[in-house]
Amino acid sequence: MDEEIIQEYLQNFVEEYQAVTGSTVIEHLRQLAAPLQGATVVHVNSTREGGGVAEILQKLIPFKQALGIDARWEVINGSGPFYQCTKAFHNALQGNQVAIPETLLREYEATNVKNAEILRELLETADFVFIHDPQPAALLASCPNRKGKWIWRCHIDASHPFRPVWKYLRQWIVPYDASIFSLPEFAQPLPHPQYIIPPSIDPLSEKNRDLPEAETREVFDRFGLDPELPMILQVSRYDRFKDPLGVVEAYRLAAKLTPLQLVLAGGGASDDPEGVAVLEEVRQAANNDPNIHVLLLPPDAHRTINALQRAADIVLQKSLREGFGLTVAEAMWKGKPVIGGDTGGIRLQVVDHYTGFLVRTPEGAALRIRYLLHRRDLLEEMGSRARRFVWENYLLTRHLREYLTLMVGLHYGSRERIEVPPY
Amino acid sequence: MHDPAAPDVDDQPFAVMDCALITIASGVRAQNLKEFREGLLKAPLGSLDHHFWGRLLRPQFDEPEYNNDFASWAWRGLHDKELAERLSMVTPTNYPDQESLRQEVLEILEQRLDERELVPWAMADQQFQFLFSQVVVFDTGLRCTSPQDLAPRLRSLSTGSIYYHFIDARNRTAERCDDFSVWLTGCGDKGRGLAARMCGIDPYFSSLKELRQIIAGLFEQFFPERT
Repeated sequence: MDEEIIQEYLQNFVEEYQAVTGSTVIEHLRQLAAPLQGATVVHVNSTREGGGVAEILQKLIPFKQALGIDARWEVINGSGPFYQCTKAFHNALQGNQVAIPETLLREYEATNVKNAEILRELLETADFVFIHDPQPAALLASCPNRKGKWIWRCHIDASHPFRPVWKYLRQWIVPYDASIFSLPEFAQPLPHPQYIIPPSIDPLSEKNRDLPEAETREVFDRFGLDPELPMILQVSRYDRFKDPLGVVEAYRLAAKLTPLQLVLAGGGASDDPEGVAVLEEVRQAANNDPNIHVLLLPPDAHRTINALQRAADIVLQKSLREGFGLTVAEAMWKGKPVIGGDTGGIRLQVVDHYTGFLVRTPEGAALRIRYLLHRRDLLEEMGSRARRFVWENYLLTRHLREYLTLMVGLHYGSRERIEVPPY
Repeated sequence: MHDPAAPDVDDQPFAVMDCALITIASGVRAQNLKEFREGLLKAPLGSLDHHFWGRLLRPQFDEPEYNNDFASWAWRGLHDKELAERLSMVTPTNYPDQESLRQEVLEILEQRLDERELVPWAMADQQFQFLFSQVVVFDTGLRCTSPQDLAPRLRSLSTGSIYYHFIDARNRTAERCDDFSVWLTGCGDKGRGLAARMCGIDPYFSSLKELRQIIAGLFEQFFPERT
């Protein structure tokens, strides 16, 4: 009976996606998964809630199960110093010069050994093990009798890592059978294949699913916005690399000629001293302008963000540096043209002049804001192209297809061309 | 190589195959034109296929300014329009193998280096990354015994199937043509007529979805649904 309920749940789960992507995409996934029937796949990361990795795994695991793969998700546990260490890894991979004390590194290693003791049997017998980010990367060293393929998935912008920390981490990564990076620029010299798989958005998540019109309109009242005034929006942490001050400047330049309002929506910054400082700078720059709305939203305000993106006329992501910038795909999925910084993964999503504009200065952003608000026909056209672009390229189903392709590829050897026998 | 989509005999059904590609970083990068030339020699030969054709299965808008990655980078990275234009006119199917194709690209790069007084550089964050693909091919199990049988199914084929039969086939078939045309030549005069039209489709300027529409439209025109 339990098995029946699970199967029914999985069936409904796939049908929901089929309603969004169409049946051809789902059939393609089924056929690609055929050689992997019954394979044991274990994903390991360090948190079950919060953050992009957990969000993706919450959907990827049942999707794989629905395709006949025995997919599981394990989470490692650690102490405060362990997370202190892995937070430092994260910052260092993104290029910050972080000196990590030896004591923290020993804690990192001990935590991985301890978790390996709990997970060893599962990991050593699995056909595929996906280790997400640096936190559980050292598990492999404690699984000497592993029989399957081990893949390290790096979700971080590692294009310019702080070298001493990368050198330390590299020793744990080298023995893997493959690694995955989000962009070619993030790949590092390693003695195994480095696959490139960009991230994706989940069209059925709270952040992206369709909302009733009333819920979208409600944000105007809730945040004191003017429903008659065009609205530009940037959703991002209060971080200098996201250039919120540049966005305020772009707004001011555009507002001289075009009436509009700006909404900056970002997450809580209480645990991030720099975030608090940047937020304060943004508030000062806003200078009590009634048409600049600086919002501080809780981390679980997914539906609010969704509604704000739908209520906006134009979405900005004027980052000076960006890993991938999935907020861009989120906005595009809602049919909004995006004016984005000409950097990192934004370049893959914003096709200049087609799905939005790539800019390098506040002046460039202001020009494009004025242009789009003046040419409503083009704004609408770009928005619908943007949605189609995301539908074709950045949904979870594409992400899953690439995971399946990788697994089939590793299963049959690392040849450039693999012809799977009929199933 | 075994090729189930290309029948030897006239009455063999068309076997619908599908494929999926995944991108792999070769680790070879170029910041300027000289490094680009050296990179082309170091990168796996398979990167030529990836940069000429693989873009059809990757995120891109369906109105690319140039029709291969090398030409796009010459323009967007190096701002060298002459080079971009020359590279964009390289047609992979005009060369018997990938090595000959590589030599042709190298010739164009050498010529451009001779012409330029300064080596053009890209900005630090605009490096060219040589990539290659791993292709997984699988059989959909679908068999069509006649063009009339295939025609109504074409619009629901995956883009992977279109890539396999219309693009990838150009590397597999002796005729350096698509699988549909090869099969249709064994399907009577009407089939040969359709094959000739299919060979005339320029695959460079359409997305796979558009190619699917074009191919399906031609099939429906030559082999309308029986009433």
